[in-house]
Amino acid sequence: MTSISLQNVTVDFPIYNARGRSLKNRVMKMATGGSINSESGGVVVVRGLDNINIELSRHDRIGLIGHNGSGKTTLLRVLTGVYAPTSGKVDIRGKCTSLINISLGIDPEATGRQNIFLRGALLGFKKEEMKERLQEIEDFSELGDFLEMPVRTYSSGMQLRLAFSISTILQPEILIMDEWLATGDEGFKAKANQRLNELVEKTQILVIASHAKDLLAKNCNRVVWLEHGKVRMDGAPSEVLDAYFGP
Amino acid sequence: MAASNLILTVVLNEASRYPFWVNLHKGAILGFHALLGVRLKNDRMSLLLKQKTKLKNGLPVRNLKIANNEVPYHGAVWDITEALSNFRLAALLGWQDVAQRYRRSRIGAFWLTINMGVLIGALGLVFGTIFNSPMSEFLPFICVGLIFWGYYTQIVSEGCSGFISNSDIILQLDLPFFTYILRVWYRNSVILAHNLVIFPIVLLIFWKSIGLSALLIVPGFFIVTLNMTWIALTLAILCTRYRDLTQIVQNIMQVMMYVTPIMWMPDHLPQRASHVMLDYNPFFHMISVVRNPLLGQTVTAANWVVAIGIAIVGWSFALLLLKKYRARIAYWL
Repeated sequence: MTSISLQNVTVDFPIYNARGRSLKNRVMKMATGGSINSESGGVVVVRGLDNINIELSRHDRIGLIGHNGSGKTTLLRVLTGVYAPTSGKVDIRGKCTSLINISLGIDPEATGRQNIFLRGALLGFKKEEMKERLQEIEDFSELGDFLEMPVRTYSSGMQLRLAFSISTILQPEILIMDEWLATGDEGFKAKANQRLNELVEKTQILVIASHAKDLLAKNCNRVVWLEHGKVRMDGAPSEVLDAYFGP
Repeated sequence: MAASNLILTVVLNEASRYPFWVNLHKGAILGFHALLGVRLKNDRMSLLLKQKTKLKNGLPVRNLKIANNEVPYHGAVWDITEALSNFRLAALLGWQDVAQRYRRSRIGAFWLTINMGVLIGALGLVFGTIFNSPMSEFLPFICVGLIFWGYYTQIVSEGCSGFISNSDIILQLDLPFFTYILRVWYRNSVILAHNLVIFPIVLLIFWKSIGLSALLIVPGFFIVTLNMTWIALTLAILCTRYRDLTQIVQNIMQVMMYVTPIMWMPDHLPQRASHVMLDYNPFFHMISVVRNPLLGQTVTAANWVVAIGIAIVGWSFALLLLKKYRARIAYWL
């Protein structure tokens, strides 16, 4: 059973400046009994998430809104298992896939085809599994002979096409996205939108952070508004979106 | 019943905080007062009892302190076993790093081998002449020594940035951290394999052969691998937190190169000095278990014991460190 449960999750970031990152200063501080730079020690603690409680189960499609720095990305990273909360409880059941940066792991020196395997490995696919999907990815990307060329020779649109085609072949139980991914020229955009809709349809829990009102209204059955790391509002999309964007 | 249970736990909790003679003393006072029927007002024990027995619906409820960090996060052992079971990923990433060299130049990583060959030739001639050693002995010696020393220093210094250079992956995927260490290990082992090509060439020049004892390089390399991986893992964790440690480590490795018999032979040392400079130098033992088999010399029991001992102690330390700080590494990036 796929589910996500966050109880009283708090995330504190230690922000180290050059001083706090220095071992020399740390040793000096010990030797002098903390009299050197005792005012801060080069560490500032920023509270990224403050006492978040969210329960999600199957068929939940949740949207996250909030200004820059409100904790959206941090929350997505907690859900992916990247950040262990400073306090509180996280319980995630199900295969979780993060499509925050779809170009992750793409090597500009390698050819398109080599990158398909490289990116696939990072998504958790074995080589044989990728071989089965190779044709599908190549067809979808419409890159043709360019797949034999190094990715550094691609235009940025082509690079995105490749990254998108590889990243969307998986079938996650929990899908985590930062903004809607579909990009490219008009023809590809329609195709990509359709692919992404299918993916969202198939996934059991969707968590998406976005600034687009229509997108959230269309895809989500619940919206959480984050502000300064706290949940400001949590409810039906129409309610929360109207409160955030204004009616 | 519940109340007496509660009193017992509080008393035991309290008792465990002090040495027994203090408890004896406290117990005597409490008992004495209880006998007289006097309730101590500011005694810590009674305060605690009062605090913890807030009445709720007429029943005493214990105020449970919620522990910080009771998150079931992946442990150190999970990290290592998961990374090993998904070794293909580490190997693919490591191979990719080497392959990158081949994409821009036809001989790729063999450029490193050419560099290494020139270094071995030059240093071998210079130091062999200075020490007045026969070239047929000194050149194979410095060849194997430099190749493996290069392997060690590369793993150590790339281990320092093992997590930092993979920060974009770490911040998006929940992969075991040991995968990045294996990536460093794999990449450098492939380069080591390139460099080892020089050795047969040197043997051919002096028309020397290697015996069956060279097979001992297999267990030797295995022990070296165990040691290099724990060192890289430990340094990766520490250097992510303390960024200036990388410089310190590089300095240490440079000094170690001159202290360890790489460019000079152990029998160049005067008798008295050799004991201190060799036996207490962990790198001497770590290089001996791989170099001696290739040169047809015996690996002493001391070499094996020390190298294995360091691996065991080191891995225990690395696992403890990983267990303690695994959840924090992503925050340090």
